[in-house]
Amino acid sequence: MAGREYLLQTTPLRLLKEFPYLKAFFAGQTIDLTTRNNVPLQQILLEMDEESHEEKAFDTENFLNQLQDFIAQMQSFLGQDKNLVDYLTILPGHDKNGNAENFKQLIFKKSTITSIVGPTGSGKSRLLADIEWVAQGDTPTGRSVLVNGEKPSVDWRFASGKKLVAQLSQNMNFVMDLSVIEFLELHARSRMVANEQQIIQRIIEAANDLAGEKFKADSPITSLSGGQSRALMIADTAMLSSSPVVLIDEIENAGIDRKKALQILIGEEKVVLMATHDPILALMAHQRIIIKNGGIYKVIKTSDEEKSMLKELEESDRKLQQLRSRLRSGEMLTAIDQNNEKE
Amino acid sequence: MNLITVSGPPSSGKTAIILKTAETLMQRGVKIGAVKFDCLHTDDDIAYEKAGIPVKKGLSGQLCPDHYFVSNIEAVLEWGLKEGFDLLVSESAGLCNRCSPYIKEIKAICVIDNLSGINTPKKIGPMLRMADIVVITKGDIVSQAEREVFAARVHTVNPTAIIMNINGLTGQGAYELSTLLFDDEKHVDSLKGRKLRFSMPSALCSYCLGETRIGESYQMGNVRKINLEEN
Repeated sequence: MAGREYLLQTTPLRLLKEFPYLKAFFAGQTIDLTTRNNVPLQQILLEMDEESHEEKAFDTENFLNQLQDFIAQMQSFLGQDKNLVDYLTILPGHDKNGNAENFKQLIFKKSTITSIVGPTGSGKSRLLADIEWVAQGDTPTGRSVLVNGEKPSVDWRFASGKKLVAQLSQNMNFVMDLSVIEFLELHARSRMVANEQQIIQRIIEAANDLAGEKFKADSPITSLSGGQSRALMIADTAMLSSSPVVLIDEIENAGIDRKKALQILIGEEKVVLMATHDPILALMAHQRIIIKNGGIYKVIKTSDEEKSMLKELEESDRKLQQLRSRLRSGEMLTAIDQNNEKE
Repeated sequence: MNLITVSGPPSSGKTAIILKTAETLMQRGVKIGAVKFDCLHTDDDIAYEKAGIPVKKGLSGQLCPDHYFVSNIEAVLEWGLKEGFDLLVSESAGLCNRCSPYIKEIKAICVIDNLSGINTPKKIGPMLRMADIVVITKGDIVSQAEREVFAARVHTVNPTAIIMNINGLTGQGAYELSTLLFDDEKHVDSLKGRKLRFSMPSALCSYCLGETRIGESYQMGNVRKINLEEN
């Protein structure tokens, strides 16, 4: 463990060698620690005069505390097993009127999909917030969340870079002015993954497989079409997000292969939760939660009958998609059935 | 009474976050008052009133809002004590990146938004670096990757803070924040003798005092010249 004395006696150069991730921390400072690489930290700090402290808004005590904290957090982050969540358990609370929720426990396993249905304002966001905050009977619903069957550590609440839930919704956009590859590199670096280029290639391939129209690695992310953006977000969240749970708030039914999108998330061992009122998506889930008046009203396992209905729905969806692409290419919309075999 | 200071760049969502958080606290019977410090204009007092929160507003006009804040916070605290609030929230806009509005041992929250650009955390001084809690807003309109990158950037400049993503429109995360803000055991009766976490930006030149003319002979006091020599 890096004690304060040790840090003070060491030069920035040696600190960087020993703790490579400090590069980002040093870069975030208002003072430049790299110009005097070979001088012990203590000396650098001592030789700053009062005025340059003011000037750079630099507080030595604060800096040293944060340096120690940063190293400690990174050490524990890097020492972690990456696939640490096998399943989440929700223990019941109550609805808005205080009626107890009618289930014993609800389990979300990794690589499974749970759909969540209920009108706006029924409490879908509250359920998600309970998971995100790993509620311990201390939220308005009184629910508790267990990770791998155990009371989770408070790290899930407070540690940076360790969040239970990643979110995907239709309202999300890319706002950075970067190319696809630069964007993914930035994300990969912030996560400090080892095999950066390999993961980036996999993400681009997967996203291109999901989107109807392919994009290039050097295209600006803000120029991607709606379907391409969504595809990239899904592939990136599946492969590069640290969060074991992914919440999807509807996926639009155009420009993206929704079934494949879910398969990618499952393949990356995510716990998938999906707020949707689209019957096809809802039936792709292994189970479905009905939310009413702030509480979980019912948990339904997708039945065999429903699964066979899914086939029918998918078939008519396929027909609609075909009509859509024929419309796009300027064809007449007649005689769907004849061309059904193709594509 | 508890006192918290909330600060952040203009339009980052400070008022929305405070209102959503206050709502959940008021449901638990916590009596809240607010004071809004701003520079030229604010309508936020109306939003507070609408939410049933007694509010005072202070406009610093031509003065640095930080300096104005620290010269008035004591009187504001007295107002809060007199009104019998359980929690007094001071909200001030961070107008320059060198703002330093926090007081030692008084809970400090910085609100910053995902749209402000990934290099922004590095540009902001004590307002972000010395906050106890950093609330990141507008996460509902950017991608998961951008949220993660932004939070990581905030973390590198303030590893000690608790970083939370909160949606100021829907209030998602506001309940959770509220649990960190109010402590029944804690009481702030006076600010006399307390210290700022970091000195405020200084400005004491003729222009601070209303000078409008341009030219060397009108510049007095703390004046500094840009370096155009090198490179």
